[in-house]
Amino acid sequence: MEIIAKNEARRDFLKVSGSAAGGLALAFYLPAARMAQAADGGSPNAWVKIAADNTVTIMVARSEMGQDVYTSMPMLIAEELEVDVNAIKVEFAPPAEVYINSLLGGQLTGGSTAVRDAWEKLRKAGASARMMLVAAAADNWGVDASKCSAANAMIKGPGGKTATYGSVAAKASTMEVPKEVPLKPASQFKVIGNTKQKRLDTAMKVRGTAGFGIDTRIPGMKYAAVVMAPMMGGSLISYDDTRAKNMPGVHSVVQYSRGVAVVAKDYWTAKKAVALLDPQWDAGPNADLDMTGLWSKMEDASNSAGAVFRESGDADQGLAQAAKMITAEYRLPFQSHSPMEPQNTFAHVTADKALIITPTQFQQLVPHVVAGATGLKPEQVEVQTTFLGGGFGRRVEVDYAIDAAEISKASGEPVMMIWSREDDMTHDSYRPGGIYKFTAGVDAKGKLTALKFKSTSPSISSRLFPSIVKDGIDPFALEGIDNFPYLADAGMNFSYVMHDTGVQVGYWRGVSHNLNAVALECFIDELATNAGADPIQYRIDMLDMGSTKHAWSGLSAGVPVGARMKTVLEELRKKANFGKKMPAGKGQGIAVMEGYNSIVGIVAEVSVDESMDVVVDKVTTVVDAGTLIHPDQALAQVQGCINFGQGAGLISEITVKNGIVQQNNFDGYRAVRINETPKVMDVHFIKSDGAPGGLGEPATAVIVPAIANAIHAAVGKRVRTFPALPENVAAG
Amino acid sequence: MKVSFKVNGKSETVSVSADTPLLWVLRDTLGYTGTKFGCGKALCGACTVHLNGRAVRSCQTQIGSIAGQDVTTIEGLGGNHKVQRAWEALDVPQCGYCQPGQMMSASALLSTNKNPSDEDIDAFMSGNICRCGTYPRIRAAIKAAAKMS
Repeated sequence: MEIIAKNEARRDFLKVSGSAAGGLALAFYLPAARMAQAADGGSPNAWVKIAADNTVTIMVARSEMGQDVYTSMPMLIAEELEVDVNAIKVEFAPPAEVYINSLLGGQLTGGSTAVRDAWEKLRKAGASARMMLVAAAADNWGVDASKCSAANAMIKGPGGKTATYGSVAAKASTMEVPKEVPLKPASQFKVIGNTKQKRLDTAMKVRGTAGFGIDTRIPGMKYAAVVMAPMMGGSLISYDDTRAKNMPGVHSVVQYSRGVAVVAKDYWTAKKAVALLDPQWDAGPNADLDMTGLWSKMEDASNSAGAVFRESGDADQGLAQAAKMITAEYRLPFQSHSPMEPQNTFAHVTADKALIITPTQFQQLVPHVVAGATGLKPEQVEVQTTFLGGGFGRRVEVDYAIDAAEISKASGEPVMMIWSREDDMTHDSYRPGGIYKFTAGVDAKGKLTALKFKSTSPSISSRLFPSIVKDGIDPFALEGIDNFPYLADAGMNFSYVMHDTGVQVGYWRGVSHNLNAVALECFIDELATNAGADPIQYRIDMLDMGSTKHAWSGLSAGVPVGARMKTVLEELRKKANFGKKMPAGKGQGIAVMEGYNSIVGIVAEVSVDESMDVVVDKVTTVVDAGTLIHPDQALAQVQGCINFGQGAGLISEITVKNGIVQQNNFDGYRAVRINETPKVMDVHFIKSDGAPGGLGEPATAVIVPAIANAIHAAVGKRVRTFPALPENVAAG
Repeated sequence: MKVSFKVNGKSETVSVSADTPLLWVLRDTLGYTGTKFGCGKALCGACTVHLNGRAVRSCQTQIGSIAGQDVTTIEGLGGNHKVQRAWEALDVPQCGYCQPGQMMSASALLSTNKNPSDEDIDAFMSGNICRCGTYPRIRAAIKAAAKMS
């Protein structure tokens, strides 16, 4: 298929092609000039550079936003390259075809795909480079390569011969690229799975020297602050730059596509001058948008027929014949990404080229959109990726890189554009809110026999990748329920109603797992309660242990997970001591999910006081994520997901009034703080030598229903509207 | 106006408007980019530095108010401070953006409380947000640092 991805209609069209076999695959075409990585003398391939002094540099082609690609990806290469991973240098790769993420079809970091995509690819890249180095040394010595071995960046040959990688690197890069590249069996891993391995970026990060986008310093650069329409879809009518231009330190005031920027000698000067612009706005199509109307229209939409995406048997007949019908409707709120580093980009646009230095998750798209915004050709745009001060999906969007390029072009200056926190929080692409309806038929013992499900929510992909949206289905809106792991023998009917609210939505850590799976696991708990069953045993008893392969499983494996899920649930019961007697006002809740080919089960223990305030006391998590590359950081990802999900489940919400986002900083939009994080957070991994599963996202979705189900166990209230603020708990 | 003050023991004189937050003087005028901008309203703690040994939010500290005073930034902790050693030993940072502020708060806490309890840590550190969720490791690292000499 060939599709067109629109970033923003007015700006750029990017031709992409790909196939949907086994998941989403978008292959982005890049101009040939940008694909070719200048292969210098010591580059056996695009992933490894070896200098004559034996310095080994490994290219990391995914964005480091906390999830440890800076270490885990070099570990995969080092395992086969036979170098000390702690002695290497790491560089972030530029956009190039060789660095495309095969699971996503673009050079893009997201979907918990980095390690899954790299698992074979990078080990083979390391092995291939090693074989070429060995072949070069063997050729020098006139011996057969099979008589040589490699370890610690050194080749050993017959008769005590040795050669450093550096000494043969130039020659190695001219050797034939091996066609057969055997890989070590897991039993021989020395790097992969090393529980003592430290992050390679920690030393920088504890000294304040890691270079985030906002830390970019280029001689002669200026700082830009901006003002953008406060209302979604608003546009500029007029502004008055008289006072701003007269401020000492201000270089220029420029209008760009979505606002006005002041370019000044430092950010504070620019920020103060922006406040003097007196901009007038046309409120646009969302002038009357508020939450009452938004939810009312969404509720109306949820009564329309959706597009069916999973069906078996005859759900209606199954419901008609059921001993009892149980229904529930859940409402999930909009969320902001709010990474700690506000959006920013350095841009220097001149007549024939542009340099863009930016904290992005999607470096491959940047040359295209900057070209579209400046009139340059994509191959004239150089993009450098920095460390990212959080991503969470926000930096898949390239809007801020476009803005900086426009401001640089209009002002004629090299510009560091920095958004305030308020700019950032009110100009996000938000995690969609939605309505999730279930109707279940159960038999006399409470066992699920038939299930109808309908989700109603905005589609993210219809803006970003419209061509993958077909017949009313956005595949990314199905995550977390298309892989429904249970049996309902009489029939299932799952449908999706695509409903635009006027709020721009984007991919947010865990994407629709955070919607569908949250609602589903709350509902399963309601069914278990109805059956009077232990909620873990209830789930185990109805797991689909068969071989159904789902037609569409997003970024999940799309393969049966019943057996793995059963193992996780049984382990979780033991580790959490599930079912133990809890004091009044305290409860345990359980939830489980497959996402990104990882199984995550969580038991949350909460305390709920008389005013329905919820405290999460303890979280026990069991994860089957296959092989762990960097175990300590696999753990860190699960810990981080629990924190992120806890915020969304308990305290965070974005609302809109008159088309304006009502939360603009961390007072209105609350993030979990250290005093709110569970005192005990136990994470256990199932020992496995299976292929790695993704870990950057799945647990975000599981903690939310685990908490909600624990609230029910504690005080008998079912949370149907999230976040689980006291009023929403009390209403349950 | 001209303001003279000390950063990490070094005398600095800057010419900026008196209302300029210390944060931007450090980052833009003097190049100490280890101190981070997060919210601009003392809500997140990313910009935390020490002023005369006490933790302050540099985004809410006007340069005109600190003439002659001593500022310490993450660069001034020296790299071998027990908090930095503990952070490194436990691999606390994920994205790392909030961590300079976290460590400046933690080092200020330990300077007045040699053996903080969970409650002490919660009370002192709750002004520092980490969106990556490194809190369990921050707690552990503060306790580990407390045991270091």
